[in-house]
Amino acid sequence: MPTTKTERLGIKISDDVVRVRQLTRMLSVEVGLGLVDQTKVVTAASELARNTLDYGGGGEVIAEIVEQGGRRGVRLTFEDKGPGIADIEQALKDGFTSGRGMGLGLGGAKRLCNEFSIVSAPGTGTKVTIARWK
Amino acid sequence: MDRIPILKFGNALLVTIQVDMHDRLATALEEDLTSRIVSNNARGVLIDISALEVVDSFIGRMLDNIAAVSRILDADTVVVGMRPAVAITLVELGLSLTGVKTALNVERGMAMIHDRLAGSEADDADDED
Amino acid sequence: MAAQAGSDVASLVSNNEKTILPEWVELQKKAGILHTGRISEGELQAQSKNFLHLLHEALTQGGTDTTGAAFEPARGMLADLSRSRAQQGFSPSETATFIFSLKRPLFNALNRDNTLSAEQIASTVWTSTALLDELGLFTLEIFQKSREEVIVRQQREIAELSTPVVKLWEGILALPLIGTLDSQRTQVVMENLLQTIVDSEAEIAIIDITGVPTVDTLTAQHLLKTVAAARLMGADCLISGIRPQIAQTMVHLGVELNVISKASLADAFAVALRQTGRAVVKTKRIEGFALPEKKSGGQGA
Repeated sequence: MPTTKTERLGIKISDDVVRVRQLTRMLSVEVGLGLVDQTKVVTAASELARNTLDYGGGGEVIAEIVEQGGRRGVRLTFEDKGPGIADIEQALKDGFTSGRGMGLGLGGAKRLCNEFSIVSAPGTGTKVTIARWK
Repeated sequence: MDRIPILKFGNALLVTIQVDMHDRLATALEEDLTSRIVSNNARGVLIDISALEVVDSFIGRMLDNIAAVSRILDADTVVVGMRPAVAITLVELGLSLTGVKTALNVERGMAMIHDRLAGSEADDADDED
Repeated sequence: MAAQAGSDVASLVSNNEKTILPEWVELQKKAGILHTGRISEGELQAQSKNFLHLLHEALTQGGTDTTGAAFEPARGMLADLSRSRAQQGFSPSETATFIFSLKRPLFNALNRDNTLSAEQIASTVWTSTALLDELGLFTLEIFQKSREEVIVRQQREIAELSTPVVKLWEGILALPLIGTLDSQRTQVVMENLLQTIVDSEAEIAIIDITGVPTVDTLTAQHLLKTVAAARLMGADCLISGIRPQIAQTMVHLGVELNVISKASLADAFAVALRQTGRAVVKTKRIEGFALPEKKSGGQGA
């Protein structure tokens, strides 16, 4: 999958979540996503950025514009070196939360995107990748 | 730290959110509104989110909390002006904010609050009879 | 080798341009291209001449690799031609004939040239056949692509056309859905309705599904999501025209409709009027004997 643009952003403080939203919006507009799809992917990015900050103890996001078979899309990879998730299936369920959110973060973000993958194990941190295609 | 201004309109409070809120700002708004409902003896709270391009679960939870707290303090919270794309996304996210009253714009929201007040005043009058 | 073969074809084209062009145009006319009425003889002449020129240039510069940079202008011209023919409604063979009918004039020119050896003729025939086949296929590919683009555009237009939101009264909208609701169409419907709610400041939207033959799990969920999204924006939704089977499906799916549903659009409209503080009042009593005499006389019942 060729990547035509890559941006990196650290997620260290609560303001960074806003910056992730703005960056995601910018890339979504560049790719030409419709307004509803833009809003969906920006909201998903917001959820995941907050997870990275609150549960992962901070980390970074790699935001890319990708191309595949003539379609363009936005791909975001959130990485942290936090405690990791022991039971991923459990974490994806609505209502599951170990913190102060509504427990819709992971499952909700998954529903808002075309692609979703998560790699995590206790002690090694978490890596979540999402993509939304035009 | 910046705070979102709260305006007083008769016995209602009006908040117009015009910035992309970070989480601390949202939490501060929740606290400010709670104390203003009590200090102003407000009977209604209008939250205008027509400028918001994104409402995620955190802001959603804030709206839900404000509605719940205001209910306890005998005030109605009406969220007005949610954009279609935001509404679709919130539903997809799994947040339907069932405890929150909604209206298309500030005017309608204000009318809802007044209707309820008129209704409760009529009830009070009935009680006195 | 390839460069040599290319320049052989190139000189064949340039030496015989005067005879090839009229022969080629004549062949295209014979194939009936002008009978379609979609292209004039002048246009055909100009297109053929232009292509022959571009082909010659490409061959002189870059041999026989049709995907190479030298063939860029020729490919561009062919792409434009295919695209416009696809849009004008030419058939694939009518479009491809443009290239394939060039073979005969080329071979005729070869035959007339008696300075060439048998091997030279054989190799030139082979090179030009391969070349024209490649270009012909390219033409077809572009043709196909353009047709697909047309189809996609039409699908989008149909999707938009088939989901009109109508205003029944000040503040009351209706969305009469007709036909099968797949997820993609429901998405369009949903966005369309919500945007109209904003634009017209409607308080109530009636979604009428009388014309929907089946509602599967996904469609039911989409409908309910639309209702939920409209509520978030501050508008109420009513659903009307739920047919018995659909009602059963919904019950079987365990879908609880937190929404007022009515059997007919008329019933739903009455509810909507009531909710917005209005009522329909009869202003005139219609009685049988009050009708004009002409009509009552003719009824005979």
